[in-house]
Amino acid sequence: MPALSRWFIRCALAYLALGFTLGAMMLALKALAHHGAVARLIAPHVEFLLMGWTLQLTMGVAFWILPRLEGGASRGAVGYAWLAFGLVNVGVIAAGLGPLIEGSETVRLLGRTAEAAAAIAFGLHAWRRVRRASVAGITMPR
Amino acid sequence: MPPLTRWFLKSALAYLVVSLLIGVTLAVPEALGLPSAIAALQPVYVHLFMVGFVAQMIFGVAFWMFPRYSKDEPHGNEHLALVTYVALNAGLIARTVAEPMLTLRPGAGWAAILILSAACQWLAALAFAVNTWARVKER
Repeated sequence: MPALSRWFIRCALAYLALGFTLGAMMLALKALAHHGAVARLIAPHVEFLLMGWTLQLTMGVAFWILPRLEGGASRGAVGYAWLAFGLVNVGVIAAGLGPLIEGSETVRLLGRTAEAAAAIAFGLHAWRRVRRASVAGITMPR
Repeated sequence: MPPLTRWFLKSALAYLVVSLLIGVTLAVPEALGLPSAIAALQPVYVHLFMVGFVAQMIFGVAFWMFPRYSKDEPHGNEHLALVTYVALNAGLIARTVAEPMLTLRPGAGWAAILILSAACQWLAALAFAVNTWARVKER
C-alpha cells in the first residue's frame, strides 16, 4: 500500500472514530431530550462521516488498487492525488466545524469549495488509470 | 473470503433491502392511508443504509482485503473484529426499535435502550478503527 493511501486511510479511520463519537453523543442527547444540542452536532457528524470517512477511504483505496500506468511502473499524476488529500481534509474541517462558529457561513462555503476542488484534483489523477489492467506489458482479460 | 467477512457482507445486503423498503414506505403519500407516525422512521432509514449497509460492507471488505497484520494473525485481532460485528449490529437493531418508539411514546425505558445502542455503535467503530489501523501499512 503506497504512502498516500496510508495517509488517506488513516485519516479516514480517524474521521470514522470522530464521526461515530459525535453520532453516539447525538443519540444520547436525543434520549435525554436535549434537541438543541443534537441539531448543532449534525453538520460535523455528517461531514466527518460522508467526506472524512467514506470519500477519503474510497480515494485511498482507489489510489492503491486502480491499474497503474507505464507497464505497472507509475501511478501517474501523483501530485493531483496529494492535492486532493490536502484539500479534502481542509474542506472537511472547515465545512464540519464552520457551522459551530457564530456567523461563519464563509468558513462553511470555503470548506465545501475545498471539497469540490479535491474531487476535481482526484478526478484529474484517477481518470487515466480507469482502463484495462495490464501486467508487464501483457493485457489482462476483460 | 473469511467467515466474518461473509457475515458482514450478508448482513450488509439484508440492511440494504430493509432500508430501501423503509424508503419506499416513507415515500408513500399520506393520501394512501398510512399513519403519519411512519415519519418517525426517517432517521432509521438513513442509518440502516449508511451504517448497516455502507459502513458494514466497507468493514467486511477491509477485514478481508487489507494487508495482512502478520503471518499468524493475518486479519489482526479477530476478537476485536468480532466485537465490531456484534456491537455494530446489536446497536443498530436496538436503535431501529428504540429511536422511533422514543419519538412516538417517550419514556425512560426507550431512552435507556437508545443510549445503550449509541454506546454499542461507538464501540464498534472504535474497535474497527483500532484493528484496521495496524493493517494500514506498506505490505
